[in-house]
Amino acid sequence: MTSILQHPRQLCALGGQQSVAAIERAIPILHAGPGCGFKLHTGLGSYNGYQGGGYSGGAAIVSTNTGEKEVVFGGETRLRSVIDGALKVMDGDLFVVLSGCTSELVGDDTEHVVSEYRQRGIPIVYAATGGFRGSNIIGHEIVAKAIIDQLLEPRNVIPGLMNVWSSVPYQDAFWAGNLASIRELLTGLGLKPNILFGPNSGGLEAWRRIPAAQFNLVLSSWAGVSIVRHLEERFGTPWLHCPTLPIGGIETSRFLREVQAFTQVDTAVANSFIQEQERSFHYFFERAADFFLEFRWDMPGDFVTITDSFYGIGVSRLLTNEFGLLPLHQFVTDDPPDEFRRSIQEDYAKIAPGISSDVTFTSDGEEINNILRAAASSSPIVLGSVWDRDIAQELGGCHLSLSSPITDRLVTSCSYLGYNGGLRLIEDLYSSILTLTQ
Amino acid sequence: MTTEIQVTSKSFVQRDPGVAIRERRLGSITGYSGTPDELVQISRTGRLQERERSFTQVGTCSSFCATLQLSLIQDAVVINHAPAGCAGDFPMFNLYNRYGQGKRKLDRRSSRLLTTNLNERDTIFGATGKVLEAIHKAYRTYHPRAIFVTASCTSGIIGEDLESTIEQAEKELGIPIASVNCEGFRSQVWATGWDAAYNAILRKIVRPAKIKRPESINIITFIGEDYFSELLQPLGLVPDLIVPFTKIEQLEKLSEAGATAQMCSTLGTYFSAGLEKEYGVPEIKAPPPYGLTGTDTWLRELAYVTGKDSIVEQFISAERSAIKPELEELKKRFTGIKAFVAAGPSHGHSSMAVLQDLGIELVGSCMFHHDAKLDHGDPAGDTLLAATTRSGRMPYSVCNKQSFELVNLLRRLRPDMVVVRHPSLAVSIAKLGIPAFFIDDEHLALGYRGLIRYGKKIFNWLRNPAIERNLSRYSSLPYTDWWLEQQPFSMLEGEL
Repeated sequence: MTSILQHPRQLCALGGQQSVAAIERAIPILHAGPGCGFKLHTGLGSYNGYQGGGYSGGAAIVSTNTGEKEVVFGGETRLRSVIDGALKVMDGDLFVVLSGCTSELVGDDTEHVVSEYRQRGIPIVYAATGGFRGSNIIGHEIVAKAIIDQLLEPRNVIPGLMNVWSSVPYQDAFWAGNLASIRELLTGLGLKPNILFGPNSGGLEAWRRIPAAQFNLVLSSWAGVSIVRHLEERFGTPWLHCPTLPIGGIETSRFLREVQAFTQVDTAVANSFIQEQERSFHYFFERAADFFLEFRWDMPGDFVTITDSFYGIGVSRLLTNEFGLLPLHQFVTDDPPDEFRRSIQEDYAKIAPGISSDVTFTSDGEEINNILRAAASSSPIVLGSVWDRDIAQELGGCHLSLSSPITDRLVTSCSYLGYNGGLRLIEDLYSSILTLTQ
Repeated sequence: MTTEIQVTSKSFVQRDPGVAIRERRLGSITGYSGTPDELVQISRTGRLQERERSFTQVGTCSSFCATLQLSLIQDAVVINHAPAGCAGDFPMFNLYNRYGQGKRKLDRRSSRLLTTNLNERDTIFGATGKVLEAIHKAYRTYHPRAIFVTASCTSGIIGEDLESTIEQAEKELGIPIASVNCEGFRSQVWATGWDAAYNAILRKIVRPAKIKRPESINIITFIGEDYFSELLQPLGLVPDLIVPFTKIEQLEKLSEAGATAQMCSTLGTYFSAGLEKEYGVPEIKAPPPYGLTGTDTWLRELAYVTGKDSIVEQFISAERSAIKPELEELKKRFTGIKAFVAAGPSHGHSSMAVLQDLGIELVGSCMFHHDAKLDHGDPAGDTLLAATTRSGRMPYSVCNKQSFELVNLLRRLRPDMVVVRHPSLAVSIAKLGIPAFFIDDEHLALGYRGLIRYGKKIFNWLRNPAIERNLSRYSSLPYTDWWLEQQPFSMLEGEL
């Protein structure tokens, strides 16, 4: 999206620094202006569920802090000095140099400088993430492809090993919890998930295992597809794209069956796992049903999602197919590339039998608010970002922050993925509504 | 101190947008290690040199500081002329805005912030058209009383001519529209961004006074609670906290005030000097009212300037007696406690004084930059000089938020607590197992009663440092053993 934005929901490609910080013991090195790293940490880390800096993020991020001197005379000398320092000062296994607008506009050959260090056997790569190149979701893909291209070598395939490309770290405040849920689900099917970000993922070693995977999985509307295409070209790894977030009973079972069919893991193991998970899900569904059927005071009947495409359709299906709500108007805020838009639109056209929703691709606050003012006839549930609190209030509805930026919630390990993720979303949503009633 | 105000014939505030960066205007630096005595002395002689670091971690930029102040004006809009990543700070400003609105019993509503979302094409063909479009969008959506367009590294490097675009829109819409020259690369001293924001306000918003309101005192500040009333009301004065949570109409009338003061001399140095030199509003140059002596001096100067001399001494002695029993009690509790301060200059100096008045021993401090002088040029207003009375030979450094340096230093000094300002640093300190007290409300320690408020809060923080204990046991810092064995300032030019 290149238009002017009121209340943006994604940042720039240099936000890929957060994907580096999400890899265990990986060190981001920015060749960028003095404020870039902090602003991106602020928007994607701190003021998005208060996710914090962790080991190598936040104040620890290395940066050349390019100033007037580098703008006028070029910044390659400065970059070398800072990389030299980083290799001595920072305790890491993988170093990723990311370029910002300034160094790219003045024409520094960062790629060349970094390649000199790599030739000396240092695990260091370069990602061209000048802010004007696109959003931080694009930046996430650029970082992944940089590591793949510059560090990975072919390896023997390990049967059942599946690389997971899903939640974009930090952009999705619930990424760590979501990835843990995917790990549990795939393990339950009998696969060996290779999770690349977050706790207990293995850091650089997990990334080095990528070529050994039998499969790549993209569990996301579009983010990550370009990575697995790239991996298919380089290592011939087949990939499965599941664009709908598996959340709740129906979508999670559908997802697991799709993965089973693709990977040909043991049907009996898969079926027994799915049945066990469904029993647990429906146990809680049955008990909560009293509440859903009887607690009707001021309960909103329709909902709006103003989220990244990662959440939109999955959450819409959960609320429609399992909890009997009706979609009002949906907004996809993460600017999916053109080739994915048609299928996203088709998904909204058939959320449930006989139920469809209009969808608008925008992250501009003015446009979202104007459409909602025209569309709303009752008080809707608004699942969006903190920017959407005002319109929810104006329409007399209720609000839950699910998509960045989130400053009205603290997020740690919460997951909105899988069977339990569906229950968790319902808990959080209705708890926020109940709080308003008493 | 001088109270004779002369409006200078030569304009202090540049009419064309722009204020010289602090490095040039105030001789500011970001790298130093020594003592306050030495730094004051070198600053006076004009021989102060910047010492760059061969290795650096993320800082902050002018654009952050400029947008923070301007976005909190309640009936203005800020347009960031930049790629979308520069809007990473919007959610933080929005939180400050909504939180502060709640505290002030205002309706909570989101900050009015837009980005021109510059892309690759814009960097080649230019994007002043987008600025114009954004101005119209802002006007259509919010009907603001003023619009500020903040620049970025990208808009600066591609050479965007914001002024003619703005001029055109101003004529059309009939509201003030100001460009703010806060390109991140121009200065390593992010406080330059405050100056850029205030320059825009001085140029475009403030109007010459038609009447005078001598009882009204401009107080340049952030978002802290209004503890200034405690100090001003007894003197018959009314604080006007600016710029956050003001409206344009209020800012237009700053010229009517009896004086301008500030909670931090490095925050408002340009603004207060500008109000004095351009609009004749006297600046209270004494260091801000923190700590016993600091508050005495500040109140006396304020009273002198506003003609309240006759009642100020009585107020001072009454307040000092009122807090004495509790202060003595707190001092007993803090006996033997050693502290370190990491903060911006001026407010950091204020924190040093407060800690010492509470009976806490200072073992060192680190300020995020150093201004060799302030815009008013009066040495009596030098907050570091004021700090030398008690801390002249203490280890003192200037370090723009370099966590690696701070961690190394604190591992050696091992204070019992660190008072820290600026987000994202506290956790590095806490991982060492040292209680890190983050200053969120910068007014908490203000005046006499602030000593008690602050003391109680610190005491409770020190009673249960469970977070720090757990972090030090289970989390690690990203620094090599090699680095932790080096001298903390060995990455400063000329040391290694």
